[in-house]
Amino acid sequence: MSDLAGGAPVGPTAGSIGSPAEAIATDISAARPLRAEVWRRFRRNKLAVAGLVFIILLILVAIFASVIAPYSITERTSDFRQGPSADHWFGTDRIGRDVFSRVVYGARVSLKVGILATLLSLIIGVLGGAAAGFLGGAVETIIMRLTDIFLAIPYIILAVALATVLGRGENTVIVVLGLTGWLAICRIVRSSFLSLRQLEYVEAATAVGAGRLRIMFRHILPNALQPIIVYGTIAVGSAILAEAALSFLGVGAEPPTPAWGLMVDEGRGDLVNAPHLLYFPGGAIFLTVLAFQFMGDGLRDALDPRLR
Amino acid sequence: MTDPTTEPEVETLDDYFAREDRVLLSVRDLHTTFKTDEGDVRAVDGVSFDIHRGEVFSVVGESGSGKSVTAMSILGLLPSPPAHIEAEGVLWKGRDLLQCNEGTMRHIRGAEIAIIFQDPLTALNPVHTVGKQVAEMARIHEGLGRKAARQRAIEMLGLVGIPQPARRVDDHPHEFSGGMRQRVMIAMAITCNPDLLIADEPTTALDVTVQAQVLEVLLRIKDEIDSAIMLITHDLGVVAGMADRVLVMYAGRQAELGTVDEIFGRTRHPYTLGLLASLPRLDDTGEEKLLPIRGQPPSLLNRPPGCPFHPRCPFARELCSQEIPAFRVVDGPEHRSACHYAEELEHVGVTELRAEDTEEAPA
Repeated sequence: MSDLAGGAPVGPTAGSIGSPAEAIATDISAARPLRAEVWRRFRRNKLAVAGLVFIILLILVAIFASVIAPYSITERTSDFRQGPSADHWFGTDRIGRDVFSRVVYGARVSLKVGILATLLSLIIGVLGGAAAGFLGGAVETIIMRLTDIFLAIPYIILAVALATVLGRGENTVIVVLGLTGWLAICRIVRSSFLSLRQLEYVEAATAVGAGRLRIMFRHILPNALQPIIVYGTIAVGSAILAEAALSFLGVGAEPPTPAWGLMVDEGRGDLVNAPHLLYFPGGAIFLTVLAFQFMGDGLRDALDPRLR
Repeated sequence: MTDPTTEPEVETLDDYFAREDRVLLSVRDLHTTFKTDEGDVRAVDGVSFDIHRGEVFSVVGESGSGKSVTAMSILGLLPSPPAHIEAEGVLWKGRDLLQCNEGTMRHIRGAEIAIIFQDPLTALNPVHTVGKQVAEMARIHEGLGRKAARQRAIEMLGLVGIPQPARRVDDHPHEFSGGMRQRVMIAMAITCNPDLLIADEPTTALDVTVQAQVLEVLLRIKDEIDSAIMLITHDLGVVAGMADRVLVMYAGRQAELGTVDEIFGRTRHPYTLGLLASLPRLDDTGEEKLLPIRGQPPSLLNRPPGCPFHPRCPFARELCSQEIPAFRVVDGPEHRSACHYAEELEHVGVTELRAEDTEEAPA
């Protein structure tokens, strides 16, 4: 940041506070808003923009599912295992339900599980990581050993166990993914806090009498947001994929929920004679996860141009 | 730089005692030690001083002499471990700060003792507007609402001479120049009318032209809110221009304490003398050679025996390497020096020191 004010011909004894020349100089040196800069860099990444567009479309589809879908998710027609046609764009499944309508409604399930599970793991991970990184000492030891323990638990086994206790369903999936997804974010946040808490503005905040919570969440957290945003975006995709896997294994959403993973599972038996039952929900999973991945990558490059 | 010797203004005893009831802060025998793997680093080793309301008390010394650590110890801002603070007392308005719990300290920090940090580029949080940061203290300590706090921030920014404060209040730190940011830092520190402003090298990161303006702001604010300033600096020019009393520190210990005229005019410690001789003076003819202090400050892990300055001192004798000199009154009511031979320095000034050096040079 250039100090243009210093270039003004003001003698050391002049000391004229706030001369007009200085005011103009500082105005010129004002940088462009950060947000516009990030958006400009993000836009350059075509894949990321494509991902963003896809995600926006997906959200619209989820919101207006009842308008878009021509049939309800349980409505049975007399056509079984039919290929795509003008009437049924994605064909019908083995009990005659319209696959297109189910894939459309499935967007709701996937987005709900993906976003809520990620939110849950972000909350746990940010709180844990912030406490570990800022407070240190015994708190840090306990939290970090806890992440080690959780790392050693396969999420599928936890899912089976929780599904047995809580019963199958989307909410169980959210809890399972939330409880297993916070480890990485916890470590990211901890390391950010470790380095940020030594900065002078944190010391300055302490010196004005700010309390610990205020320092942690008002002064440090906003500066640690970039990796959290990037990781959170990619994590939504991962959670959607994990939800599909759990549903496929039969410990996720319960039929007749139109979860994409469940639809792939149901279509598995008809792979030879009706492969479209796999293609469409499978393709939806694939594209959605890819979109979140691309967008996350683009965000990372846009937010931190040094990380390439 | 103004030369203080041209306008002698000797403080009388009456002046001194008149100030006595205005004592804000009394530090007595402060020791701050950092426990490291290599051993104990005694960053501050037995420092005592008083700061009175209305005065500018300056702490001078090289990097690593313990100036900042002294300030941080007073405010309880050092992480412990590794820092370990011991003192006979750090009395703030009669209350021992070292005995205060974290809640009380939090109240004192900012509301009663505020600190202005060295580097305005790193001491402001990049994600918040300057208005929010300036007003934060008022929100914490006075419970001001969002609107009232913003109004206060505008007022404070105006007070420190930021043009168009109502417009700049919602700008972020990166939209300000260095000097303007330092003013924001000052605005932050004075928001709650603190009784003591600790300024830790407030102008080191600034251009010389901006330095003068910032210092002027500091002095004006001090008078407006009737506070005291503890000015930590290594810039003797700033000290001569601003300070009322000066503490010279060397290797974590006190070297000399006195009024600014005593320190500059009747120097009684070879280290202070060395600092003065290494600076150009307005009354120099241009013939004089600037005289650096030879050698390096000692490692705080491995302090030389006796006077810590003796390996670099041109006047060192045998006693200096054996016995730690007491910090004793030399002349004037409050002029103290930690030199065994302080009295002999009565006739030694910068000129004599420089002259002596040229004699030694050929050898």
